[in-house]
Amino acid sequence: MAKLTFKSEKCKGCGLCVDACPKQVLALDADTINQKGHHPVKAVKEEACIGCAFCATMCPDCIIKVER
Amino acid sequence: MSEKVLMKGNEAIAEAAILAGYRHYFGYPITPQTEIAAYMAKRMPKIGGTFLQAESEVAAINMVYGVSATGKRVMTSSSSPGISLKGEGLSYLAGADLPALVVNVQRGGPGLGGIQPSQSDYFQATKGGAHGDFHMLVLAPASVQEMAELTVKGFALADKYRMTSMILADGTMGQMMEPVSLDFETEQAPEKPWAVTGTKLQRKHNIVNSLFLKPEELERTNFERYERYKYIEENEVMYEEYMMEDAEICIAAFGIAARVSKNAINEARAKGIKVGMIRPITLWPFPTKQFAKAAETVKQFISVELSMGQMIEDVRLAVNGKAPVTLCNRAGGMIPSPEQVLAAIEDAAKKGGN
Amino acid sequence: MIVFDKPHALSDAPLHYCPGCTHGIVHRLVAEVMDELGIEGRAIGIAPVGCSVMAYDYFNCDMIEAAHGRAPAVATGVKRSDPNNIVFTYQGDGDLASIGMAETVHSAARNENITVIFINNAIYGMTGGQMAPTSLPGQVTQTSPYGRDVSLCGYPIKVCEMLSQLDGPEYLERVAVNNVKNVKNAKKAIKKAFENQVNGKGFSLVEVISSCPTNWGMTPAKALAWIDEKMIPYYPLGVYKDRSANQ
Repeated sequence: MAKLTFKSEKCKGCGLCVDACPKQVLALDADTINQKGHHPVKAVKEEACIGCAFCATMCPDCIIKVER
Repeated sequence: MSEKVLMKGNEAIAEAAILAGYRHYFGYPITPQTEIAAYMAKRMPKIGGTFLQAESEVAAINMVYGVSATGKRVMTSSSSPGISLKGEGLSYLAGADLPALVVNVQRGGPGLGGIQPSQSDYFQATKGGAHGDFHMLVLAPASVQEMAELTVKGFALADKYRMTSMILADGTMGQMMEPVSLDFETEQAPEKPWAVTGTKLQRKHNIVNSLFLKPEELERTNFERYERYKYIEENEVMYEEYMMEDAEICIAAFGIAARVSKNAINEARAKGIKVGMIRPITLWPFPTKQFAKAAETVKQFISVELSMGQMIEDVRLAVNGKAPVTLCNRAGGMIPSPEQVLAAIEDAAKKGGN
Repeated sequence: MIVFDKPHALSDAPLHYCPGCTHGIVHRLVAEVMDELGIEGRAIGIAPVGCSVMAYDYFNCDMIEAAHGRAPAVATGVKRSDPNNIVFTYQGDGDLASIGMAETVHSAARNENITVIFINNAIYGMTGGQMAPTSLPGQVTQTSPYGRDVSLCGYPIKVCEMLSQLDGPEYLERVAVNNVKNVKNAKKAIKKAFENQVNGKGFSLVEVISSCPTNWGMTPAKALAWIDEKMIPYYPLGVYKDRSANQ
């Protein structure tokens, strides 16, 4: 299993990472609003993460760290 | 003491720049300053320097901006229409507090104008020359020797105050040949810790920039710059006085107009007219105090210019209504003759100068 | 093991770009390449005027902010000042292909040994969505409200195709950043464009087809799809010039 870390305060909730994930690990957190006023991304099925870093590759704000 | 060599004004500027350590020149051909570019094209490759003929005046001044940002001494030269194109870059150089030397060998305007000598870029040079609050140091040579000396001085001032020095010459100064001594002290460029030289991963990055989106910050940079300008106005004024001890008529003239005026003054003195001259060498900062002081005793001022009367406004501001200031001028590439200036002096004398 | 993290050459400053704007991806790719080639310490970047005007805050290398369109001229000065500098410009379509076209063409013609990162998103973003030199025929923008009418305002400029006609430039490639595969290709191209400079080969430009969800009036995901649907058919991806590959 891979480990994902998010700089949630920098997240703009664009969702490009969510779409890029081949395992549907990510979702925007509708229950949270960060200081910028966005719903930040979170891992909803981290156990399914294969550490491919597609999410980080597509993140325009470089908020995702991927470890394996 | 070194021997004098016979040089064109434009060539004297180029050689003096090389002596002052300039190794980067960017320009675009335009009459009557092209000799500077031609001289640089010959010399720079032989001394490990850069000569590059840019695609435009706009590009040339931005290449200057780039080299200056790296901390090295850099120059460009042009003539009036080309200086207008450089205006954008002059404003950015000011906004980013970058030193540079820009030579304007003026020709008649507006528009494409002509290719004969003129002083009609005085407003453009001394009042900013482009958008925003800023000044350039404006140096006005009146001989080929001064073309060389003020070039060296211009570099030192530009570096000292982190701003553009402009040599405001004219077609006559650029084209005429006189003996020149190139034996003078040149100062080393000061340390420039602000320059972009690569962080070497040893320091925080340097940023050369003129963008300040917060108005408070932009205001602060403007006020700071004008503090510097105030200091310059107190300390860097250069001028020459000629026969001013007992003068009742004072001519204000710079560059070629001052040389013509000197002849006229000599003739008028021979006729017993008490006339002298204040020749500003720095047009900005303008010798305001010197004219104000002269106005305590002088009864009439005559501004002799190769324009429709531009410097006359600064003379009037300095004289502050204490004496009349009249204009003796030619424009469009024409030069006032000594006879014309003498006639203006005699006219002033009749009106009660003496 | 760290698989992915922020590159060192990218600063910690939060990017001001709109949500889903792919400027951020390209910034990161440039920074990754600087890290991988070990050139951050001698790199000098030139920011343009446009959305990426504040790029000077986003890279940890020395930076210069240039006048609109003049980045290649400024870069020329920086490179000629010291050829050991690794000099790159980061410019948008208005900056590079409209107001700065002369500087672009002539720096390419001189084979100036610099790297140019050219963001083509077919719109002026910073000023609020006006027609760009690369806006597509029929594209609705603030200044082409009825769609770009080519009979009135001409055709888009294909920068890579145009520059490829010059003898000067070393390397011209068009890439996109609208999916993982394309981003990886974009990274390769950007890396090559910097390697060329390190190896003294000359003018290398990478045109990056990029998105502007805000001014295109689309969601970030829809904007990436629009790149596939509309942009890439007009601006085909690929290598337009690679002198060393042809030798």
